[in-house]
Amino acid sequence: MDRIKEKIGKTRYTYILNTLATILLFAVIYALINFGVLNRYQSLLLIPIGFNIILAVSLNLTAGYLGQLPLGHAGFMSVGGYASALFTLAVDLPPAVEFPLAILIAALSAAVFGVLIGLPALRLKGDYLAIITLGFGEIIRVIITNLKFTGGAYGLKGIEKHTTVTWVFICVTLTLFIVQTLMESRHGRAILSIREDEIASEASGISTTFYKVLAFTVSAALAGVAGALYAHYLSILDPNNFGFMKSTEILVMVVLGGLGSTFGSIVAAVVLTLLPEWLRSFSEYRMVVYALVLILVMIYRPSGLCGKYEFSLDRIISGEDEGLKKIKAIFHRKKSGKEEVGE
Amino acid sequence: MIFLSQIINGLQIGSIYALVALGYSMVYGIVKLLNFAHGDIIMVGSYVLWFGLSRLGLAPWLSVIISITVCSALGMLIEKVAYKPLRNSPKISLLITAIGVSYLLQNLSQLIFTPNPRMLPNFFPGYVSIGGAQFAVVTIVTIAVSVVIMIGLSVMVKNTKMGKAMRAVSENSDVAQLMGINVNNTISFTFALGSGLVAVASVLYCCSYSQIEPTMGSMLGIKAFVAAVLGGIGSLPGAMLGGIIIGIFESLTKAYISSQLADAVVFGILIIVLLIRPSGILGKSIREKV
Repeated sequence: MDRIKEKIGKTRYTYILNTLATILLFAVIYALINFGVLNRYQSLLLIPIGFNIILAVSLNLTAGYLGQLPLGHAGFMSVGGYASALFTLAVDLPPAVEFPLAILIAALSAAVFGVLIGLPALRLKGDYLAIITLGFGEIIRVIITNLKFTGGAYGLKGIEKHTTVTWVFICVTLTLFIVQTLMESRHGRAILSIREDEIASEASGISTTFYKVLAFTVSAALAGVAGALYAHYLSILDPNNFGFMKSTEILVMVVLGGLGSTFGSIVAAVVLTLLPEWLRSFSEYRMVVYALVLILVMIYRPSGLCGKYEFSLDRIISGEDEGLKKIKAIFHRKKSGKEEVGE
Repeated sequence: MIFLSQIINGLQIGSIYALVALGYSMVYGIVKLLNFAHGDIIMVGSYVLWFGLSRLGLAPWLSVIISITVCSALGMLIEKVAYKPLRNSPKISLLITAIGVSYLLQNLSQLIFTPNPRMLPNFFPGYVSIGGAQFAVVTIVTIAVSVVIMIGLSVMVKNTKMGKAMRAVSENSDVAQLMGINVNNTISFTFALGSGLVAVASVLYCCSYSQIEPTMGSMLGIKAFVAAVLGGIGSLPGAMLGGIIIGIFESLTKAYISSQLADAVVFGILIIVLLIRPSGILGKSIREKV
């Protein structure tokens, strides 16, 4: 392995590795569905898991990496959802052409809103930023409720059901690719430096406004993509589903997974989508448990489930992965039966 | 005449916002925390009132006193359990915890009281005519009670020992501690006082709107927060002024533009204020030290 790595260069090696892994994962999912291992209901569950992953990963970009807390994420999702739904309702093209265009339109329109809202909002910090984004989110919702062409308070009905597992898989992969490459680039490090110390990074010549708006816009655009998938999955859009509650739900995923860990967001999105499905009788208490999760995680484990751990195939294969090392250490300790002090 | 009565309506809801905003402002001044759960205490206060009146059959004054006591105790409890362990953590963790507490209160009350709205009677029925115009008694009571409370609060913060301690802690809690002020007690007292004011606001709110539901607090709370920010967070006269401005704007929007757009107008005002003068109308701007 190491010899191949040296021969073709590290970057190219990881790209090839990840592409192969992605194709393999898709083949496995495809096989599971087509050979009937997953029944229809279970395979349909993959879709909400997919758009929740996109939502959580995109919110993590601003809340985790940039260190600013926006509370209007559902607003961007609704912009994307409505834009794409209005597009597919208006045009009559074959689905294979229409749906990617709709997703693109969703991403672009949410990105436009991201810039428009981000430019003024990101002049503020902390609590004020949270409140102003909450305000923008609510304004978006109120406006959608009062417009004629969005169906108003009754919602937008009869949207074609284009969302399939394949499309969701492609969108999730693209989202992860965009976020990962962004965060591993120079721009990503600039975003991280703003989280660590805004004044210091500004003093080192980083244009904080530019990078804040960049992260905010990318996050908004991805939320728009999730909105498009959501709209064409449920085939109905109700403005009341995009309120403050929805934004909080996404926040719970990010916080539980660990602020600043894409891998954590993915795990938490999967768990929090599946959990209520498995525990149907428990659904009454779901929201109470969500609230408790937020409070308890913040008090006892502010770094969330995964902390700042990032998944990397390359590191796992070469045995440098920290998570793997920890798991190995646990097994090792059990085998040798010795109590090790201090870690 | 319609305009005048809309202004009076605005003053009424505005003074309720102002009472809630005072709590936000005091808490923010002292622990620099946007207490999201503050608005939901309105809901708790209303439900305690409802429970006392219609389930236990208590007299109105007794229910009001119980409601104020429960809210104050709850405010202190929330601070001790949820916020105190995080006092030295990053602000984003505190904010998320506060959202969690708000979420918890809303959902617990949905479990306990079901999401169906409940009705409460008006303690102050009837109308009086002043100068040829008809005013509901409850409107006048609301405005009068709020004015008395605001004056009392200002006197308390200026002159009493506890008030001085509160100001000292909000100025600099470390130094206040060195001067022999018990910071923990002061913070608890602030939370209790703020939540007690919210309970009063919830009584006044129930009298004029008569319908309560588990999620009623979140929008009310957010608007009160907008009022606190508008007036300048950390400033008590600012919170009162902000509350009244928000109330009047809201009632004028409802009367002349559209009742559905009222929320959007309130947030619009907030956004404009934050962009032009982030420290609010009466707030003082704090420069960040490196």
